[in-house]
Order: sequence, then C-alpha cells, then structure tokens
Amino acid sequence: MADTKERKLPAPAISPETQAYWDAAGKGKLLVKKCTACGEAHHYPRPICPFCFSDKTEWTEASGKGTIYSFSVMRRAPVPYAMAYVTLAEGPRMVTNIVDCDFDKLKCDQPVKLVFKPTDGGPPLPMFTPA
Amino acid sequence: MSIKGKAYIAGIYEHPTRLAKDLSLAQIHAEVAKGALEDAGLTKDDVDGYFCAGDAPGLGPMSMVEYMGLKVRHVDSTDTGGSSYVLHVGHAAEAIAAGKCKVALITLAGRPRAEGMATGTVPRSRGGTPTPDEPFEFPYGPTVVNMYAMCAMRHMHEFGTTSEQLAWIKVAASHHAQYNPHALLKDVVTVEDVVNSPMISDPLHRLDCCVITDGGGAIVVVAPEIAAKLKRPKIKLLGASEFIKTQMGGKVDLTYSGARFTGAAAFAEAGVKPADIKYASIYDSFTITVLMQLEDLGFCEKGKGGAFVADGNLISGVGKLPFNTDGGGLCSNHPANRGGLTKVLEAVRQLRGEAHPKVQVKNCDLAIAHGTGGSLGLRHGSATVILERE
Ligand SMILES: [Zn+2]
Repeated sequence: MADTKERKLPAPAISPETQAYWDAAGKGKLLVKKCTACGEAHHYPRPICPFCFSDKTEWTEASGKGTIYSFSVMRRAPVPYAMAYVTLAEGPRMVTNIVDCDFDKLKCDQPVKLVFKPTDGGPPLPMFTPA
Repeated sequence: MSIKGKAYIAGIYEHPTRLAKDLSLAQIHAEVAKGALEDAGLTKDDVDGYFCAGDAPGLGPMSMVEYMGLKVRHVDSTDTGGSSYVLHVGHAAEAIAAGKCKVALITLAGRPRAEGMATGTVPRSRGGTPTPDEPFEFPYGPTVVNMYAMCAMRHMHEFGTTSEQLAWIKVAASHHAQYNPHALLKDVVTVEDVVNSPMISDPLHRLDCCVITDGGGAIVVVAPEIAAKLKRPKIKLLGASEFIKTQMGGKVDLTYSGARFTGAAAFAEAGVKPADIKYASIYDSFTITVLMQLEDLGFCEKGKGGAFVADGNLISGVGKLPFNTDGGGLCSNHPANRGGLTKVLEAVRQLRGEAHPKVQVKNCDLAIAHGTGGSLGLRHGSATVILERE
C-alpha cells in the first residue's frame, strides 16, 4: 500500500535551543548534535550532552544515510503512515516516518535515505525512504 | 533502609463500572476511596497520607484532599502514567517506614469512554509548553498503539517472536475474564480470533490491545501496628522498585523495558526469586507489553517470551505462571487508560484467597505486581512490588 494520499503534517514547536535544527531542515539538511567532550552524538538535540553533561556540544550535518531500526504501519488513520525509528549512520536513532514506498515491503534493518516533507506552516520534517 | 516488612496492604476496592456517564471524576475517586477504607475496616479520619497521579482533578492532591474532607500530613502525586499506583505503594511504604504517615490512601479514576477519547489511535500533544521531545516526535504521528507496535516489530525481528505467541496472552486473559462479572470482554477468544482481528498498527491487531474503560480503584497501605488490629488477611510488602526508561540520547533499545531494573531490585529487596512467585499481575496495555515484562522481570530468558507465554502457560490451573486472573486490562478493566492500580488489586485478591474460585491459585502466598506507564516505545516509568501473605 503506497501512501498516495497526502497526509497533513503539523508544524513542530520551535524553541530557541532547536532553532538551528529547524533552520537547517528548511535548507534540506539534517543536523545532529555532537559533544566535543565525550565524542558522542545524540538525538533529539540538546545544548547539554545527555551522556557527559558537558555544554561543549556542536551541530554537525548528518549524511542522510540510515537503516530502519523498527517501524509500524498505522492502519487506523485517515491516511495510513509508517512510524519508524531510523538508526542514523552517525549513531543516534530518531523517531521519524518512512515515506514514498510500499509499506508492505518494509523490513527492519533496511537501508534508507533522507527526504523532507512539508508541514502545515512550519519547517519541513526529516523523513526517510528506502535507499 | 529497606521497606521490607514495614507496610501492609489492608484495603482494596475496584469500581464495578466500566462506563461512567453519570459519575463525575472526583466522585469516582471518592467512591473507590470509601470502598477501600470499608474493605480495610478503617474510616476516612484514619487516613493521614494521600497518593494520587495525573488522573486526579486539580493540581496534585489538593482538590481531592479537600473534596474527600481528608486531613493528611503526607502527600505524593508522582505521575509515571499507568505505573504510578504501583510506584505509590512503594512510596507509601517508604513514608510509613519513615514515620510520615500510618494510613496511606491511593486512588485512581477516569472516564475516557464517557468522554469519547480516541485513546490509542490518535497522536496527542499535551498542550501548553511543549515537552523537549515533542517537536521531534509529535509531528510524525506517534500514538499509543504504534509506539508499542514498534517494540513488537523489533522483538519479532530479533527473536523470531510470532503474532500467534503474542495472541496467547490475550487468550489467557480471556479465559480468566469469563469468570469476572464486571469484565468488559467476557468471551473466551482463540489464537485465531486474535490474529484474524483487524490490524491496528503492524504487528498489533485489535485483540492485542487492552480495553478502554471508565472507573477506578483504591488501595490502603498501613503501618504494621495498624494491620495487626484489622480483621483482614495481612498482605505484607516485601520489595518495591521504580525506574524511568528513556531513549537514552538516541541509544534507543526497544527490546527491553524498565522492568529489567525494577524486577532485579524488587526481588533482591524481597529476598525471593521469580521461580518463587505463585501469581503475577503484569501490566497489559498490549500483548507485547506483557511478553517483554515477563522476560525483563526474569520469568524467562530475553527473547524466549514467545515460547514462555504460548500454549496457555499464563492460564490459572493450566500453566506455570497464572497472570491477571481478573481478566486484566486486556479483557476486564483499564480505568483512565492507567492499568497499574488494578494490577495491585488482583494480586491482593489472590494472596487473600478472594479471587474467583475458578482462577484462584492454590496456596498463593507470594505475588508480584508490575506496571509500565507512558510509552514502551518512547519513554516509560516502570514500577514493581512484591507482596506476601503473612
Ligand atoms: Zn558528552
């Protein structure tokens, strides 16, 4: 079942600490926060590292490559959609959707690549499609 | 300091309603409080500690303390979703052990059915100031069911767990629910019924999900000297533990729950092991919730939950680990979309020998109650208690 019907996506609520993430999304880039103290990347992005509590975190651009960690096709929705966790090549797993594909052929650990989908009055959302 | 042996559950009550169109939220809280105090043989004026969570109307405990006319010297409104009330039993024991109160009242109530809430299938924003996670989750459409479904999907991928194995959990609950006159779903179902029910969010079918019900319940936890004066069987708290499992900064692991930590801690405090448990109340928002918690609590090896629950192993009188003998959230009751309190209630009934004769476990002297609140696939609060009949 392909998601041919358009799903209306709500705009994310933007806060000062995540403005840069959404500005980048508007330019088609996915940012990942990386800590220069412990070297770990994390998601969702925070100014203070959730691993070592250092405030030496910086924005890095993700490659846009990843694999599906898990997914579930929400059949009981006006337009069915595929909820997912994608493991980014940079390490962190992020909540996202898998789009523009046959939902019945999705598999865990399948390679995917980054796409952006417009929201209702806000910046676009990073999503993934089979690579 | 340990809470082992420092507190007893003296009173319990479960509201018989499953659809509360004609009752207010505060009224249900008060009705269950009255029921549990009467069950214990205590009065409102004996209560000196009050515990509630986010289902109570008003700011924390204040509105309900006023509404019920309580005079308390200890309150706790910790909210970890549906696991809150299991956690409250532990907190009540801590407060009693520290001398902060002697008679602790815990209440739960809700009316999601009367209010027509789309509990499991519509993404919800909490409103107000967004939680830090919300912008990175809510726009994608996370619902209760699809986030639990992702745990099931990964479990199947890593361990070969099947829909038929998950279905056995609903089948066992339905075998128990047929004897509960208040259960919402009283019909015994088969594995085929479950796997042939409509798919809600892969791989969870309609019958993998719990019921949506109105109602509530209450628990009275007392100091040993109070328990000694009451006429009810003495149900002693041996161990309690709580944990918050998160996405760990992106190191998400959907294959286990916080029960891995709360189970180990509660068993250690109690000085018993999973094999000693005669009856288990296991949080059952979905079939997958039960399977993962059984593994994490140590009833079977990680990844072997599917084989463990199959072939009726959770059915009282049939299998090795009777679970949720009231029909649980899967068939009987999941009041306010929060199933932790009713888990404690059926464990106490089993230990008292007051479960339905068709499901009563023989010589039931040791039981566990475990709760998972929030979302198994996003972030959740786990709480475990281990109880003994003295
Ligand atoms: Zn760091």
